[in-house]
Amino acid sequence: MFLIKCPWCGERDQSEFHAHGEAHIVRPENPDQLSEEEWGDYVFFRKNPKGLHYERWVHSHGCRRWFNAARNTITDHIYATYKPGEPKPEIDVNDPIHGNPENQR
Amino acid sequence: MNSVNTQANIELTSACYDRKPVTGEHTLQELPLSGKINIRGDSANAEIFSALEKAISITPPVIPNTKVSNDNVTVYWMGPDEWLLVCDIDQVSTISEKIRQHLGTLHHAVTDVSDYYTVLQLSGPQSEALINRGCPQDLHPSVFPAGSITQTRFGHASILLDRQADETTWHIQVRWTYAEYLWDYLVSAMDAL
Repeated sequence: MFLIKCPWCGERDQSEFHAHGEAHIVRPENPDQLSEEEWGDYVFFRKNPKGLHYERWVHSHGCRRWFNAARNTITDHIYATYKPGEPKPEIDVNDPIHGNPENQR
Repeated sequence: MNSVNTQANIELTSACYDRKPVTGEHTLQELPLSGKINIRGDSANAEIFSALEKAISITPPVIPNTKVSNDNVTVYWMGPDEWLLVCDIDQVSTISEKIRQHLGTLHHAVTDVSDYYTVLQLSGPQSEALINRGCPQDLHPSVFPAGSITQTRFGHASILLDRQADETTWHIQVRWTYAEYLWDYLVSAMDAL
């Protein structure tokens, strides 16, 4: 069991939450002027990084609000959670405890 | 033509009508149908907030997972732009209409959800342990004293937990169709104590 901090409700068990993929994807303002490749990129293609990942989460069994989280996909450590609309927080991926294991060697 | 019993004439005011109240060391019963009004409106918008406050004659809670109540209503914090007002079932239309009048053209929504949720009352010395059979939240009185409320999970059901003043009685609000699931889960938890 690990705890995730909902920006409203505070720390709750992970089973109250669901993850919904990459965050900060902005819908293009002029979809009809995009090439098929550009539109395909927006609709289907997502980053799949090893390490720091900004993602969308929802507190489904709690306040049912969406928020964003900065998570390390290797260690599963969540560096920060923040409300939608707030800017990406600065994260030190070389953090000696929670950073990428390969950076620590 | 013989009429078919479609249950259409049964007044469905109970979600667990075929479950007998549990008595003994731990008790479990479904509370009579109450009025529930879901109110949506941005609590950070002063105009909306004060209009709502005037309409329901009580200051809606803005701290997450808290409630306020007076003799007539209890208002639960459900989200930064959402409250649940619980009142007498006969008062639903009067209160809803009053809120709509006060909020006028401001961006809001008022929905009668009285029959969307039902409330089970669980009581007994080990009620905290019973709830923790299906709920991951720390309910120790040092962090979750009498009067605390929270939206959380019990098994697969989303619940609104409301700890009553005596600490060992709980009101568990759950979606109507999950009520029997929650009931049976709690009964089997009692057997396993």
